[in-house]
Amino acid sequence: MELLLAIAIMALGALVLGAALGFASIKFKVEGNPLVEKIEGILPQTQCGQCGFPGCKPYAEAIAKGEVDINLCPPGGMEGVQKLADLLGREVKPLDAEEKPKSVAIIDENTCIGCTLCIQACPVDAIVGAAKQMHTIIAPLCTGCELCLPPCPVECIRMEPIGENIDNWKWRYPVVQIKAAPLPARDTSTGGGMKEAA
Amino acid sequence: MLMNLFKFKGGVKPPTNKTQSTGLPIASTPLPSRLVVPLHQSIGGMPNPVVKAGDKVLKGQLIGEADGWISAAVHAPTSGTVVEVAMHVQPHPSGLDALCVVIEPDGKDEWIAREPVDYKSLKPEEVRERLQQAGVVGLGGAVFPTHGKLRPAKTVPMEELVINGAECEPFITCDDLLMRERAEEVVRGIGIFRDLLQPQKVLIGIEDNKPEAAAAMRAAVDALNEPFLVVQVPTLYPAGGAKQLIRVLTGKEVPASKRSTDLGVQCFNVATAYTAWRAIAHGEPVISRLVTVTGNVHAPRNYEVLIGTPMDELLKLAIPHPDTDGIIMGGPMMGFLVPDMHVPVIKATNCLIAHDDRLFPPKPPEMPCIRCGACAEACPHELQPFEMYWFSRAKNFGKTQEYNIFDCIECGCCAFVCPSRIPLVQYFRFAKSEIWAREREKNAAEGAKARFEFKQLRDEREKAEKAEKLAKAAAAQAAKKAAEAAEAAAAPAAPAAPVAPGGDGLPGAVDPEKAAKMATIQAAMERAKAQREAAQPKNTETLTAEQQRAVDEIEARRVVFEANPEQAATPASEKTE
Repeated sequence: MELLLAIAIMALGALVLGAALGFASIKFKVEGNPLVEKIEGILPQTQCGQCGFPGCKPYAEAIAKGEVDINLCPPGGMEGVQKLADLLGREVKPLDAEEKPKSVAIIDENTCIGCTLCIQACPVDAIVGAAKQMHTIIAPLCTGCELCLPPCPVECIRMEPIGENIDNWKWRYPVVQIKAAPLPARDTSTGGGMKEAA
Repeated sequence: MLMNLFKFKGGVKPPTNKTQSTGLPIASTPLPSRLVVPLHQSIGGMPNPVVKAGDKVLKGQLIGEADGWISAAVHAPTSGTVVEVAMHVQPHPSGLDALCVVIEPDGKDEWIAREPVDYKSLKPEEVRERLQQAGVVGLGGAVFPTHGKLRPAKTVPMEELVINGAECEPFITCDDLLMRERAEEVVRGIGIFRDLLQPQKVLIGIEDNKPEAAAAMRAAVDALNEPFLVVQVPTLYPAGGAKQLIRVLTGKEVPASKRSTDLGVQCFNVATAYTAWRAIAHGEPVISRLVTVTGNVHAPRNYEVLIGTPMDELLKLAIPHPDTDGIIMGGPMMGFLVPDMHVPVIKATNCLIAHDDRLFPPKPPEMPCIRCGACAEACPHELQPFEMYWFSRAKNFGKTQEYNIFDCIECGCCAFVCPSRIPLVQYFRFAKSEIWAREREKNAAEGAKARFEFKQLRDEREKAEKAEKLAKAAAAQAAKKAAEAAEAAAAPAAPAAPVAPGGDGLPGAVDPEKAAKMATIQAAMERAKAQREAAQPKNTETLTAEQQRAVDEIEARRVVFEANPEQAATPASEKTE
């Protein structure tokens, strides 16, 4: 009897707790994968497709599933790889492409024929213009993804690296000056001898 | 009048070195050979150039239009010709270029029509706009557009207006001389600020090492019968920091996250008050400022200098000693060595110090931090510089922010007292600019993501709309056809048709049409066939007997194949086997 009672109590407890857990899993269900969002936060959002995925989100999803390497994003650079490695606990790998300086696209407005092909190609709506009207890049919005270069039929778009200017200039890391130690030679030899003796 | 003063924590007492440059009155400078006026001289939006190369400009003429509310206009410091609007090296630690208007003076120094007004007849909004148009910015060093600070908080009553005449940094005496010689106009300028902000009291803080300036200000306040209080504050660097002076005079501590107006206090420099008065009551924009020229020079003194004057030309007036090897802009605590001796004087230039190794001996090498805590004791913001140093050095920027690195005013007290001679401020500046850069990148990435997602959404929507349109068009087509069919069906049934042979007349009318269409299709097909035949291979004329036989064989097979493909295919497959 006592044995049955114990089993019954345990079974009841299991049922109640199971029901509570089941309820919680429905009630507090997290929409989407939070890891994908974190990965996407690290990716530079250039939407350039250089990783082989159509945008940063698909790449983030693929990373979250563990399907691809974390070193496929050239605009993110080594710093991005490092951050992804820290987040995911994976090994840091050298970037799978050349790291390019951050650039901005420039349209040669005299050559532009107003075909709108680059406007359709731009993933972040950084080009303004209309059919048979001159197009131009809104430089602050350009992510430098280079997706507008191939569709241009007259090759009037070029990439220009953004140099350092007063607005984006950064203070340098203070360099520690290393000077030759003015210690006499004898001192060091005795020091070495002491060490050997020890 | 006795007043209870408060104290801020920390601070240092470096040798003041002020007496050298206070002996002589303010001098004017001869017109320089050319003026290089940077457009971006204040915090906020970069003014847009409104002149081009070859333009004649008059003294005080607008050359850079304010861009947005937090931005201040820039004016021609003298009359002359615009030589170019081009990139020139800036008095900035980076040594990088920025857009400047270069003016060659014509020597006449001819003013544009000035428009003095009585500000009391203007609305506060108009006064603020005039100050913006005149390019009035904070001349204490931060160059924040003054009109942006002249709006009291809506919820908090303005209690104190603090006027900063402390000038705590060593070597600098331009505010001291300004108060000694032009106290009346300073006090009138403070009157403008007072009328705009309506504070309960006005406190003018002056360090107690400037008794002449304090006396002159008191005399001016009395002469103008103003209720302003001139308070002498203890000489302690950095008492001239806005937050420190507010603390000393009012006991209020302004947190980094709040504006001082939220606590009912606002702070202006004395030179700002002076330029505000000149701008309103004389219609003169900010085209010159007082600059202390001192250090390794023969005759240190203060000069009224046109904005854009090359620093080396200004320094020459004070006769620098031959071993001078650089110019420090600002004081020895917060200033920096300018990257090039030719850089222009700007609105933020309060002092030039001729640099040499005797005055500023080269810094001995940095030693390891021994955690003595001297920096924390000296920090006027009660920060822990040694902690911020570790984390800045390790590039652990999140931690530096936890230690409130953005409260740091880079006053240099910590580096001044550091027994290991660690350039602490450099580490903090490095960390701050890295954090800012990251913030910028993050914002840009977020914006790009939002625009990308919106574009995708738009593309989807357009696709859906197109599909809907097509479906609608197809439905309309079908409906039309159905209607036509119904009409066709209804036509023969029409009992009293006016055209009697209409019964077969309608299909008759359709039939010839159809026939004509068929005929044209037929003709086209025939044409195509003829063309195909005309394009037959042309190398079949001169064939050897063997080739001819092979061709004939193939042709025969083809005929068989065309006649009966099933049977022809089977022997072919058998043959290959």
